[in-house]
Amino acid sequence: MPGKLKAKIVAGRHLPVMDRASDLTDAFVEVKFGNTTFKTDVYPKSLNPQWNSEWFKFEVDDEDLQDEPLQITVLDHDTYSANDAIGKVYIDIDPLLSSEAATVISGWFPIYDTIHGIRGEINVLVKVELFNDLNRFRQSSCGVKFFCTTSIPRCYRAVMVHGFVEELVVNEDPEYQWIDRIRTPRASNEARQRLISLMSGELQRKIGLKVLEMGGNAVVGYLQCFDLEGESGLVVRAIGTACTLDKLSNTYTPATAINPCNSSPSKDIKEAGFGEEAPGVPLSSGPPTPLRAQTFSSFSPSKSYSRQSSSSDTELSLTPKTGMGSGGSAGKEAGPLKALLRQQTQTALEQREFPFFTLTSFPPGFLLHVGGVVSARSVKLLDRIHNPALGNTRSYKLLDWNSFTADEPETRDAWWEEIRQEIKSHAKALGCHAVVGYSESTSICEEVCILSASGTAAILSSRFMQDSALDTEHRFEDLMSPGCAFCHIPYDELNMPFPAQLTYCHCCRRYKVPDVLFTTIDLPTEANVTGKGCLIQARLCRTKKKAQGEGNATAISNLLPFLEYELHTQLMNKLKLRSMNALFGLRIQISVGENMLLGLASATGVYLTALPSPGGIQIAGKTPSDITYEQHISNMQKKINDTIAKNKELYEINPPDLVEEVIGSPIPEPRQRSRLFRSHSESSDEVSELDLSHGKKDAFVLEIDDTDAVEDIHSLLTDAPTPPGFYSCNTEIMPGIYNWTSALQMFTSVRVFRLSNVNLTNQGLNKVFNDLCENLLKSLYFKLRSMVPCCLCHVNFTVAVPEDELIQVAVTAVAMSFDKDQTQENGRQSIDKNLMKAITENEDQLQFPLELSAESSSNPLNSAKGLSEVSGPLPSARAPSVDYSSFTDRCSSWIEQLRLKAHTIRCGSIKTMSSLEKASPLPEGRSRSLRSNRSYAGSSVTVVKMTPLSFIPGTKIIKYLGIINMFFIRETTSLREEGGVSGFLHSFIAEVFAMVRAHVAALGGNAVVSYNMKECVFMENPNKNQAQCLINVSGDAVIFVRESELEATPPQPHSASAQTSSSGEGT
Amino acid sequence: MSMELDVFVGNTTIIDEEVYQLWLDGHSVSDAVRMRLESDALSECEASGEVLHSDTMDQYRTFQMCERLLHCPSKLANQLLFQIPAHRQAMLIERYYEFDHTFAREVLGKKLSKGTKKDLDDISLKTGVALKSCRRQFDNFKRVFKVVEELKGPLVENVQHHFLLSDSLARDYAAVVFFANSRFETGKRKLQYLSFQDFAFCAGQLISYWTVGAVDNMMEDMDVDLEKEFLHDLKDLKVLVNDKDMLDQHKSLVCYQLKGKIKAFSEMEANFKNLSRALINIASKLTNTKDVRDLFIDLVEKFIEPCRSDKWTVGDLTLFLTHYTSTAHTLEMFRFQILWERYMGVIKSCILKMYHD
Repeated sequence: MPGKLKAKIVAGRHLPVMDRASDLTDAFVEVKFGNTTFKTDVYPKSLNPQWNSEWFKFEVDDEDLQDEPLQITVLDHDTYSANDAIGKVYIDIDPLLSSEAATVISGWFPIYDTIHGIRGEINVLVKVELFNDLNRFRQSSCGVKFFCTTSIPRCYRAVMVHGFVEELVVNEDPEYQWIDRIRTPRASNEARQRLISLMSGELQRKIGLKVLEMGGNAVVGYLQCFDLEGESGLVVRAIGTACTLDKLSNTYTPATAINPCNSSPSKDIKEAGFGEEAPGVPLSSGPPTPLRAQTFSSFSPSKSYSRQSSSSDTELSLTPKTGMGSGGSAGKEAGPLKALLRQQTQTALEQREFPFFTLTSFPPGFLLHVGGVVSARSVKLLDRIHNPALGNTRSYKLLDWNSFTADEPETRDAWWEEIRQEIKSHAKALGCHAVVGYSESTSICEEVCILSASGTAAILSSRFMQDSALDTEHRFEDLMSPGCAFCHIPYDELNMPFPAQLTYCHCCRRYKVPDVLFTTIDLPTEANVTGKGCLIQARLCRTKKKAQGEGNATAISNLLPFLEYELHTQLMNKLKLRSMNALFGLRIQISVGENMLLGLASATGVYLTALPSPGGIQIAGKTPSDITYEQHISNMQKKINDTIAKNKELYEINPPDLVEEVIGSPIPEPRQRSRLFRSHSESSDEVSELDLSHGKKDAFVLEIDDTDAVEDIHSLLTDAPTPPGFYSCNTEIMPGIYNWTSALQMFTSVRVFRLSNVNLTNQGLNKVFNDLCENLLKSLYFKLRSMVPCCLCHVNFTVAVPEDELIQVAVTAVAMSFDKDQTQENGRQSIDKNLMKAITENEDQLQFPLELSAESSSNPLNSAKGLSEVSGPLPSARAPSVDYSSFTDRCSSWIEQLRLKAHTIRCGSIKTMSSLEKASPLPEGRSRSLRSNRSYAGSSVTVVKMTPLSFIPGTKIIKYLGIINMFFIRETTSLREEGGVSGFLHSFIAEVFAMVRAHVAALGGNAVVSYNMKECVFMENPNKNQAQCLINVSGDAVIFVRESELEATPPQPHSASAQTSSSGEGT
Repeated sequence: MSMELDVFVGNTTIIDEEVYQLWLDGHSVSDAVRMRLESDALSECEASGEVLHSDTMDQYRTFQMCERLLHCPSKLANQLLFQIPAHRQAMLIERYYEFDHTFAREVLGKKLSKGTKKDLDDISLKTGVALKSCRRQFDNFKRVFKVVEELKGPLVENVQHHFLLSDSLARDYAAVVFFANSRFETGKRKLQYLSFQDFAFCAGQLISYWTVGAVDNMMEDMDVDLEKEFLHDLKDLKVLVNDKDMLDQHKSLVCYQLKGKIKAFSEMEANFKNLSRALINIASKLTNTKDVRDLFIDLVEKFIEPCRSDKWTVGDLTLFLTHYTSTAHTLEMFRFQILWERYMGVIKSCILKMYHD
């Protein structure tokens, strides 16, 4: 009996009128946990009842505490008929189970009804008393912290990164139970919501147990997903990275934090050992860039049939191999010690079944080299017969699919296992022992399911994977210039897993780098980037014949490689068009519908200084005889060249060696019907790696020999440039922008497009899809125009084919304003010229916003993020050239002085969040007439910021309160009355936001970071005037404080504020 | 091929003030899109009609969802559905409750009933304010009226407290409520020249000086009705015209003060008794509800029009009324100083406000 849960119902407000006669409501509340239910008294005839109940006490197992939500139902008492439900509140009490998170849940929660939406609010107090349980065989995992954030959370330090954890649970979907035919939609929806809540709880508990087993205390990058498989059930699965985290206390000084991150034991990658691994891999070649994708499918219930087809191999292997014969001399200095260290890492990783990490950014020194993107897909047939034990009679009994593995080999677990093995082998082929930025997803249409997994093959340092005792031994390793190390190829250049052009790194000039780098991770903070980045999308639509069962699965798996190949081609072309050479945060989503396949690849393109400058794009015609045709081609060529030039200017890409850039090197003879390949100048036969003065420029050749190609080029050029003042990326941060202000707008936008023309060609579909995405972006830019200059960060597109002729696109992103005029505050520029000089010498990228005005809470320190570690409070003082940490200290103390000055000027009041919000100036002209004594009851609602990023600029996260993982269903039978589908979804999304905010506020938080809308399933039936929508969101509830406030607080000891400023740099 | 669904939801609700105004003014989505396309402000954004349409739809939807809350502005502040910064909330409320003075002028003094609501299309035609907007404004009047009608305490503050409006807007609403409650006649042809602002000013004067709340600030006081006792006492002022000696003495005192100071002196001298009689008669009749309603028409017919035909200037009138009021104090037999002051103070400022073409 290790826990006591206590709940108190305080009051309600804004309740709906339930009694038409009196225009009032006789409300009471049922509080339920597990099988125990308490009731409050009826508070008669009021829309604002004051129950002020006693404490309801539940004595429960901590196992139940983890699994079950607290269920609060508000009802209207009716003497004669059954009581009417007003709505419900589900409260996840998991945050109360960890000593470091929230201690009490208290606040106003929206009362939610799946049919009517939010109907008033209820004030609830919840506490948990937990008794220590030292039972070794316990089933609970209380105290394990969960984070959605895919980096080490801001106020923690990673002691150990244990690795991949995964789990899945399966149950029957209540919506498909026989009982659903006789119960109300409300009952069915609530059954589903409750079931998913239970399953999530159970899943989290099981993952927690695995983490404890591994010796960790936290899961970072926790990603939980639902697969609504319809008839065959409901799968809740989760992956994450187990870690041991240390909370950074306030007295923790940066000096001590330096120690653990000071060494990167292994940096060298060019050991022979890796060549030997490569042949073991089934793939011998792949796309020219490090994107390895393989589709394999097995779609018959008789499991064994699994067809392997390496995607696009046939086409791409035509690409001429470049002669990279002579090994770089630089690589040969690899000492035996390094080899040893490397081996240690190797073994540390090999102990794990899957050396996967869901993290996308890393503590300094963890990520050594990046190989490229690895991905795997598999097409499966869902079948109900897998689940014979699931009878109709069980309603909510949870069943773990794992328990059936013995009888049924074809389980979801086995499917994922298969895919993960695939990924692992891909990574090996790239000479890498780990996969980072790993994620999994599914797309389901009827009984066909595409499972996808992708990640970035990488080589990691062993430092976070073994006992820290090793640390002190290899400090000498830190010679590598930090900005380019991760670009250096991890694979053996003599035995390259795919043809690629290698050159010497443009930064250190010692190691080999590929010409293009694709990754699924965030841009490492230490990376040297030229100019700014931008969002790059490849969009593709392919028709598919309607089919059933195996035929359908075969058709899909046959289409997949082509889809992936074309997406890849598009990405590559668009990247070249922007004159960039690397993609970060690459996410390829393939969505399957009855009669089409949608592919959407999003990534952030950047110019990595370390990588060679990309060549231009050359168009080649096939029939050069025709004059007009040639003219047409030269026109297009000109357009392309212009666009490239324009883009270079737009994204400020002027690498120092760009002067001799020639767009369009000699066009090679078009040998094959391959539209995309690399040319290489004949002079470069004798490897010119040593000659860095003129990096080989190779132009991409687009041959126009069919309509497809014309379409490709067309789509290239129709991508509208972002309007002035806007930038966009799908990663956490945008290279080249450091001076964020605190203006923040998270949003979700959803569009559904109906294709009325059934006989669309691929091209037509492509255009529709492309326009849909482009117009959506245009609309976003327009809506957010008041925030200019601003950057849309973490732009996350999800596509779906909800019905035959519908395409659904949903976007969640955050718009963040930044200060364009960095020299605006020129008065302060001169204050410390030396400092400025120091910065400019070290990082030409770095600009220093000296914005200290009272209104703007832009963080002057955030500019230091180029120097310092962004992903955590671990200061990175490891760069050999400059002592960054001391620099940081200097600069923070200097800024502190300024701040103090600025602060005394604005009358030294310590502002709270809400007062800050209120302090914003009233609209011109009105402020005069508004009385100061006007009371805004609004101060009672906490402002809760939401962002998909792991940080909020200008602030410091001081506490993580727990994970937010919510699932809602909304249904209507009066669609027209609610403003049609748009009105329905608009209010539903607003309601979801409201509920997330309310839960965060009740935990005592003021923001959600790493917010993610993982699922938005929308179904409609306009003829019946009905619609239904399911939304699943997640994030981390946090408390943040503005950095200006932190430093303004007088009792704060100096050491603490120094810590604040140095660890807050990343924010 | 069509967009089936198109929504945009921000964590902080985005409100475009320009679109909000278009919505308040009762324009349809397509009208609003057209007007936005034509406006210069957006030309730099190069927004296409499509983008504008989507944006306008979103905004309109947001406003429609907010409207329910705007009906009870204090709810807007503690609702959870929309996260709107406090100053934006104030803007939303203020704009929602702002009204067209031309419209208000038409409704002023009328009963805020269903009957009047039926006449709104006529008013819409007459004033050029869109019917939709008329309805909103009328409903606002009605809503404010209903809430503050029975409330104790100062009227303006009640409006302000319950509807979170700015001081000036609250005063305007107080005027509307006051007129609707007392049903003052404002529709007569002779009163047509008076604007809403004129009446609002007069209402302010009446509320400040002639209601129960005006004398003592006790919280139980009602601010909507004129003080019965005061109106009854006004009968006592008749002595000023009924007592021949007093009337003559009053006249001579005024003439003495004004000689050479006003242009219309001779006319004033000739008309003094009539004018004085008019003002006192108005005062003495105010016990009758019907006559209270006719206060403004009486002032115009009995006092303002004679003065106007004699071509008094505003300066003349000001001086006359000032001295007319003050000299009464020096009359030996006149004992109703406080009553006189309370009556004439309001009458003077109302007449001066109403004395224009």
